[in-house]
Amino acid sequence: MTQTLKKLFIAMLGSMRDLLPIVLVIVFFQFFVLQQPLPNVGQILLGVLFVVLGLTFFIHGLEQGLFPIGESMATAFARKGSLFWLIAFAFSLGFGTTVAEPALIAVAAEAANVAATGAMIEATDAARQQYANGLRYTVALSVGLAIVVGVIRILKGWPVQWFIIGGYVLVVIMTMFAPKEIIGIAYDSGGVTTSTITVPLVTALGVGLTSSIRGRNPMIDGFGLIAFASLTPMIFVMAYGMII
Amino acid sequence: MEVLSAILAVTMDTVMDVLPIAAIIFGFQFAVLRQKPANLGEILAGFAWVLVGLSLFLLGLEWCLFPLGRLMAEQLTDPSFIHAAQGAGTSLETINWRDYYWVYIFAFLIGFSTTIAEPSLIAVAIKANEVSGGAIGIWGLRLSVALGVAVGISLGCYRIVVGDPIHWYIISGYVIVVIQTSIAPKMIIPLAYDSGGVTTSTVTVPLVAALGLGLSETVPGRNPLIDGFGLIAFASLFPILSVMAYAQLSEFRAKLGRRQQRNSTSD
Repeated sequence: MTQTLKKLFIAMLGSMRDLLPIVLVIVFFQFFVLQQPLPNVGQILLGVLFVVLGLTFFIHGLEQGLFPIGESMATAFARKGSLFWLIAFAFSLGFGTTVAEPALIAVAAEAANVAATGAMIEATDAARQQYANGLRYTVALSVGLAIVVGVIRILKGWPVQWFIIGGYVLVVIMTMFAPKEIIGIAYDSGGVTTSTITVPLVTALGVGLTSSIRGRNPMIDGFGLIAFASLTPMIFVMAYGMII
Repeated sequence: MEVLSAILAVTMDTVMDVLPIAAIIFGFQFAVLRQKPANLGEILAGFAWVLVGLSLFLLGLEWCLFPLGRLMAEQLTDPSFIHAAQGAGTSLETINWRDYYWVYIFAFLIGFSTTIAEPSLIAVAIKANEVSGGAIGIWGLRLSVALGVAVGISLGCYRIVVGDPIHWYIISGYVIVVIQTSIAPKMIIPLAYDSGGVTTSTVTVPLVAALGLGLSETVPGRNPLIDGFGLIAFASLFPILSVMAYAQLSEFRAKLGRRQQRNSTSD
C-alpha cells in the first residue's frame, strides 16, 4: 500500500512537470500579452488539481492495466496460431475504439454542416444526421482495416514505409479529385481517430506480437500500427466525399 | 455538490467510451483465448485507474484549460487586438500576415506545451524507451514531437492567414517525409510515423481546433468551413519530420563522438 502511494506521489511530481509548460504559456499570454485578469480563479485552480491527479492516475493505470493486457493478448494470439481470430481481434479493436470516439463524433457533425452548406446534401437535420453517421462508420471501418493490414504487415515483416508512402501517394491523387470542402476534414480525421486509450492498447499489441515472433525487431516491426490508423481515414473520408 | 455531479457525469461519459473497448478485450480474452490472464485483479485495478484518471483529466481540462485557451484564441485573433498590435494609422483592410505575430507565437507555445502533456504520447514514449533498450530517450522523443507540433501549428496558422490551399503544404510535407525516410536510421521510421498520429488527441485537438476556427472567422476573406480545418493535419505531419530529424541528429552525434574518440586514441 505505502509502496503504491509512494509510486503515485512520484508520478504526481512527474505530471506537475508535464503540465507546467501549459500553465506558463497561459499565464504569460493572459497577463503580459492580453493583460487581463483570470476569470473564476477558484474553478481554474480546482481544474488544474484535477488535471494533475487525472494524468497521474491514468499513467499509473496504463502501466498496470492497458500495457500488460495488450501484450499478454498479443502473445496469447501468437501462441494460439489462429490467423482468423487474430485478424478478427485486430479489426474489432480498431473499429470498436473508433466508432465511439467523441472527437470523431464532433468532427463528423462538423463535416455534415460543411456538406449541407456546400449543398452536397439537403440542409435538413435528418440528412445531416445520416451523413454524419455514414462518415463515422466509414472512418471506424477504415481504422479497423488499417489495424488488420498493420497486423498482417507485422506477421510478414514487410517494411512499413512502402505502405505509408503508397498511402500518401493515394491521398495526393485523391486530393485532386475530391470536393474542396471535404479535404480539410479528411486530413484532420486522420489525427482524431487515435484516442488516449486506443494508442497504448494498439502499441502494446504491435510490440507484443513482434516480440513473440522470432527474428523480428520490435523497434522496426512493432511500431507503425498507429500510422496506419491515421492514414486510412484520410483516404476513406475523401472517398466518402466523392461518392456522396 | 455541483462538483460531485460534474465528476459523476464525466465519469459516466468515460465509462461509455471505455466500455466497447473493455467488452472487446475481455470478450476475446474469455471467449476466444479462453484463459484467465495471470494477474487479472491487477489488470482490472489498472482499468479502474485509467477510468478515474481519464475522467478527472477531462473534467479538469474542461474547467481550466479549454475555456481559457478558447478565450485566448478568440482574443488573440480579434481584429481589434491585431489592430492595436499593428499600431495606429493603418486600416483594418490592409492587414498583413506579419500583424498576426502573437498568433504564431501562441500557436507555437500552446502546441509545444499541450503535446508535452499529451497522455498518449507519454504512453508511446515509455514503450519506445523500453523496446529500444534506452536508445530512445523518453524526453528526447517527447521534446522532438512537441517541437514538430509547435512548428506545424504555427505554419498552419500562417496558412490560414494568407489563405493558401492546404494541400500544397501537406503534399510538400509528404515529399520531405519520403526523402527523410530514405536517409534516416531504419529503426526510427515506424516510430516516427506513429508519432504523427499520437500527438493529436485529448489535450491538443480542442485547443487547436478553437484556434483554427477563431482565425478563419476573423481574418478577412476566410471561410471557417473550409479554412478552419486542417490545423490538426499540420500537427500530425510535422512530428514525423522532427522525430526522424531527431534520430538523424543523434546518429550524427554518435558518429562524431566515435570519430573524436578514434582521433584521440591515434594521437
